[in-house]
Amino acid sequence: MSEHAHHKETFVTKYIFSQDHKMISKQFLITGLLMGIIGIAMSLLFRMQLAWPGESFKIFEVLLGKWAPDGVMDANIYLALVTIHGTIMVFFVLTQGLSGTFSNLLIPLQIGARDMASGFMNMLSYWMFFLSAIIMVGSLFIEAGPAAAGWTIYPPLSALPQAQPGSGLGMTLWLVSMAIFIASSLMGSLNYIVTVLNLRTKGMSMTRLPLTMWALFITAVIGVVSFPVLLSAALLLIMDRSFGTSFFLSDIFIGGEALHYQGGSPVLYEHLFWFLGHPEVYIVLLPALGITSEVIATNSRKPIFGYRAMIASILAIAFLSTIVWGHHMFVSGMNPFLGSVFTFTTLLIAIPSAVKGFNYITTLWKGNLQMNPAMLFSIGMVSTFITGGLTGIILGDSTLDINVHDTYFVVAHFHLVMGISSLYGMFAGIYHWYPKMFGRMMSKNLGYVHFWLTLIAAYGVFFPMHFIGLAGLPRRYYSNSAFPLFDELQDTNVVITIFALLAGFAQLFFLWNFFRSMFYGKKATQNPWKSNTLEWTTPVEHLHGNWPGEIPHVHRWPYDYSKTNEDGEYVIPGQDFVPQTIPLQDGEEEMNH
Amino acid sequence: MTTFLAIIVLVLVAIAIWQMSKIFELSQAHTDNSEVANDKDNKLNGYLMFGFLAAFYIFMIYGVFKWGPLVLGTPASEHGDDYDFLMTMSMVLIFFVQFLTQGLLFFFAYKYKGQKGKKALFYADNDKLEMIWTIIPVITLAGLILYGLFTWTTIMDVNSEDEDPMVIELYAQQFNWKARYAGQDNTLGEANVRLIDIASSNILGINEADPNADDDVIATELHLPVGKKVLFKMRSQDVIHSAYMPHFRAQMNCVPGMITQFSFTPTVTTEEMRADGGIVEKVERINDIRAEKRANGEDADPYEFDYLLLCNKICGQSHYNMQMKIIVESEEDFNAWMKEQKTFAASMGKDDSSNGEMAQSEVFISDDEASIIGVN
Repeated sequence: MSEHAHHKETFVTKYIFSQDHKMISKQFLITGLLMGIIGIAMSLLFRMQLAWPGESFKIFEVLLGKWAPDGVMDANIYLALVTIHGTIMVFFVLTQGLSGTFSNLLIPLQIGARDMASGFMNMLSYWMFFLSAIIMVGSLFIEAGPAAAGWTIYPPLSALPQAQPGSGLGMTLWLVSMAIFIASSLMGSLNYIVTVLNLRTKGMSMTRLPLTMWALFITAVIGVVSFPVLLSAALLLIMDRSFGTSFFLSDIFIGGEALHYQGGSPVLYEHLFWFLGHPEVYIVLLPALGITSEVIATNSRKPIFGYRAMIASILAIAFLSTIVWGHHMFVSGMNPFLGSVFTFTTLLIAIPSAVKGFNYITTLWKGNLQMNPAMLFSIGMVSTFITGGLTGIILGDSTLDINVHDTYFVVAHFHLVMGISSLYGMFAGIYHWYPKMFGRMMSKNLGYVHFWLTLIAAYGVFFPMHFIGLAGLPRRYYSNSAFPLFDELQDTNVVITIFALLAGFAQLFFLWNFFRSMFYGKKATQNPWKSNTLEWTTPVEHLHGNWPGEIPHVHRWPYDYSKTNEDGEYVIPGQDFVPQTIPLQDGEEEMNH
Repeated sequence: MTTFLAIIVLVLVAIAIWQMSKIFELSQAHTDNSEVANDKDNKLNGYLMFGFLAAFYIFMIYGVFKWGPLVLGTPASEHGDDYDFLMTMSMVLIFFVQFLTQGLLFFFAYKYKGQKGKKALFYADNDKLEMIWTIIPVITLAGLILYGLFTWTTIMDVNSEDEDPMVIELYAQQFNWKARYAGQDNTLGEANVRLIDIASSNILGINEADPNADDDVIATELHLPVGKKVLFKMRSQDVIHSAYMPHFRAQMNCVPGMITQFSFTPTVTTEEMRADGGIVEKVERINDIRAEKRANGEDADPYEFDYLLLCNKICGQSHYNMQMKIIVESEEDFNAWMKEQKTFAASMGKDDSSNGEMAQSEVFISDDEASIIGVN
C-alpha cells in the first residue's frame, strides 16, 4: 500500500522520540496538562490556607509532609507553593503547553506543509521541555524545599540561601530548569518562524493565513526576542549565587554579617526579568487570541470581522509588548521620568486590545452561532480578556499603581487577563482540534458542564479579589491574621476559596472527558466543524507527511463562511463554507486582496 | 473546619454524579450523537448565555455594594485626594465599558444562537467602524494618560524648592522596620550596612564619625507631624522590601545597595481618622468579628484603628507580619514625643552636644570605605 519507502516505525520512534509534529504536539499537550494538574492543585492548597489560616487539614499533612506538621501549613512552603504555581502555570502550561501544542499541531497543517522545517530540532525542543519539567517537579522533593521567592525570583531574596530555605538547592534547580526551558522554547520558536516563512503551500500568501497562524508566528517572534534576555538574567543570577559575582547584589547584611557583594543592583535584574516577563504575557495570550479568532469565526459561520485590523493589532501588541516592561517597576525606585514613559506606552496597548475586543463582538453580530464547547470557551475568553484588560488601565497608570501595586488587585487583574483568558483559549483549542489530534470527538455535554462551572467559578474567584486588593491587602501573605485591619476580608477570602475549589473540581470533567474520549470517544469525521482551513483536508488517520497525495493549493482566505454570490446563494450550493482549496468562482471577488 | 470542607466536597461530588447521570441519560435519548452542537444545544446554551449575563450584572452590582465598603476610605495625605479622584474616574470608566461590552458580547451570543438553515451575514470589514473603535479609546486614553502623568509628576517631585520637607529614613530588614529621623539639622548621617556593629548596637550601620548622624533619632514607631511634608529615604539591609502605607496612597520599594525615596504630606491625624465615618464603621465591623473570635477562645484583642506601614514585596518567611505603626499627630505632640527619644550620639554613649570633629578622630576611615559610604 505504501508507495514511499517508509522506514519501519518502532514504538520508540513513533511515540517517544518522534519527529512528527502531530505526535510532538500531543506530547506537549499531555505534559502541559499534567503540569497544569500540579499547578492548579497547588493553588487550591494555598487558597485553603488563606481562607482558613492556621487550620489543620489532613490533606496538607498527606501532600506536604514535614512542611505541614500536624496538618498546619508552614509559612515557607506557602511561599514555595505560590512560587511554583506561578512558574508552572506561566511557563509550563501556558507557554509550552499552549503554544508548544498548537504551534506544532497547526503550523504545518494550516499552512500546508509536510512537517516542521526541522523535525529533529522540534523533537529536541520537546525533550528539553520534558527535562526542564522533570527538574522543576523534582525540586519539590528536596530537603530544604523548592524555590520560594515568588515566580519573579527577585534577588537578593533568591540569591542568598540565608534569606530563606527555598533559596538554596531549590533555587539552583529552578534556575537550571528555566535555562533548559528557555533553550527548548527558543528551538521551538525558531522552528515555527522558519516553517511559517518558508514552507507555506502554493497560494498561501501571508494575507491568506488563518489568524491562528499569525498569532503563533508573532508569538514565536516575541519569544525569540525576549527569552534570551531571561536566560542572561538567569545565568547572571547563577553567577551571583555560586561564583561570588555582584551583578545584582550590593551592600547586604544578613545572618549577622556584611557580605562582600558590591556595586550590583537588584533593579537591573528586575529590568532583565520583565524585559521577558512582560512580552511573556503576550506569548501566553496571543496564541489564545489566535485560537479564539479561528473558533469564533468557524462557529459563528461568519468571517472574522476586520481580518487586516486583527493582524495589525497583533503586530501592534507584539511591538508594544517589548517596550512596556517598566510598568511592573513603577515603585521599584527607578527614575520617575522612566515611569511616565512606561505609563504612556502601556496605556497605548489598550488601543489594539480594544480593537480586538470589538472585532470579536462584531463577528458574533448576525451570526449563526454554533454553541460547541470550543465556541463557549472562546466567548468566555473574550469576556475575561475584557474584564481583566480593563483593570490594566488602572495598573498601567503609574499614579494609580502606587497604591495597588503588589496587592490582590494585581493578582485578580493578571489572572483574568492572562491566566484565565489563556486557559480558556487553550480549552477552546483542545475542544476544537481534538478530532484532529486524536481522531475522536470529545463529549460535548461534559464540555458544557465544564464550561459553565468554570466560567462561574473563575469569576467567583477573581471578581471579589479586586476588592480585597483595593482594601490594601498585599499579595504573597501567608496569613492575614497579623493585621486586625484585614479581619473583615476573611469572609471574602472564604468565598474566593470555595469558588476556587469549585473551579478545580470543574476541571475533573475536562480531564475525564479528555482521557476517556481518546479511547471511547465517537470517531471523528474529516471536517466536523465545517471549517475552511487546510488542516481539515487531511485524513482523520494521521500519516507522516499529512496529505496522502500532493499538498493542496490555496485559492482564497480562510474566512469565506456564509459567503453568497449576487443571487444571494451560497458560493457552493447547500454549504455555508468555502474551504481555502476551492478556486474562486466566476465573478467572485476575494476578500483582502 | 475539616468536616465543613469535607461536607462541601461531598455535596459537590453528589452534584457531579447527579449531573453526569443526567447527561448520560440525555445523550442516550439522542439519536444524533455526533458531538457537534445541534439546534437544541444552541438554544440551551444561548439561553444560558443570557442567564449568565443577567447573573453577571447582578453579581457585579451586588459585589460593589457587598465588597465596596471594604476598600480603603478617606485618604490621609495631600496627594491622596488627587489619587482617589483619578481612581474613581478610571473605575467609573471601567465599569461603564465593562457593562457595555459584556452586555453586547453575551447578548449577541444569545440573540444569534445558531439554527439549522439560518443564514449568517457575510460581513467581513468596515473601515469606518474600525476607525470609531480606534479613535474613541485613543481620545479616552489620551485624557487618562495626561491626567495620570500630571498627578504622577506632582507626587514624585520630592525636591520641590518651596517646601523644606522633614527627612526620615525608613530602614527595612527581615522582618521589621525602623525609622530614622534626621534630627535638628534635617540631614541624615551617612550610613552603610558594612558599618553595622551589633555589639555596640549600631544596628543601622550609621557612620559614627559623621557629625550629621549625632542628632539622628531611631524609632520603631513612625511618628509624623500633621501638615508637614515628609521626605522618606528608604534603605534595606538584606532583601528587597516595599514600604507600603495604603492609607496615605504611598509605596516605594526598599532596595539593598541604593536609596529610594518617596514623599507626602499627612493631612489627617490618627485621632481625626479614628473619628472618620468610614473608619468608625470599619472598626465596628472588625470588632464584631474579633468579639466572635474571642468567644471561640481565640486570641483577639479589641481593635483600634492605626495607620500602618506594611511590607509589600515578598521578603521571606515572615513577610506577612512585617509592619510598623504610624502615628500622625499635631506638631506639639510630635515635638513632645521627639524630645523623649534618644539621639544616636546619646545611644552610642557619646555626648549629645559634642560636635563632629571629636567623633571624626575616633574612627579612621580609609578612602575606600569613604567611597562606599559615599553611596549614601
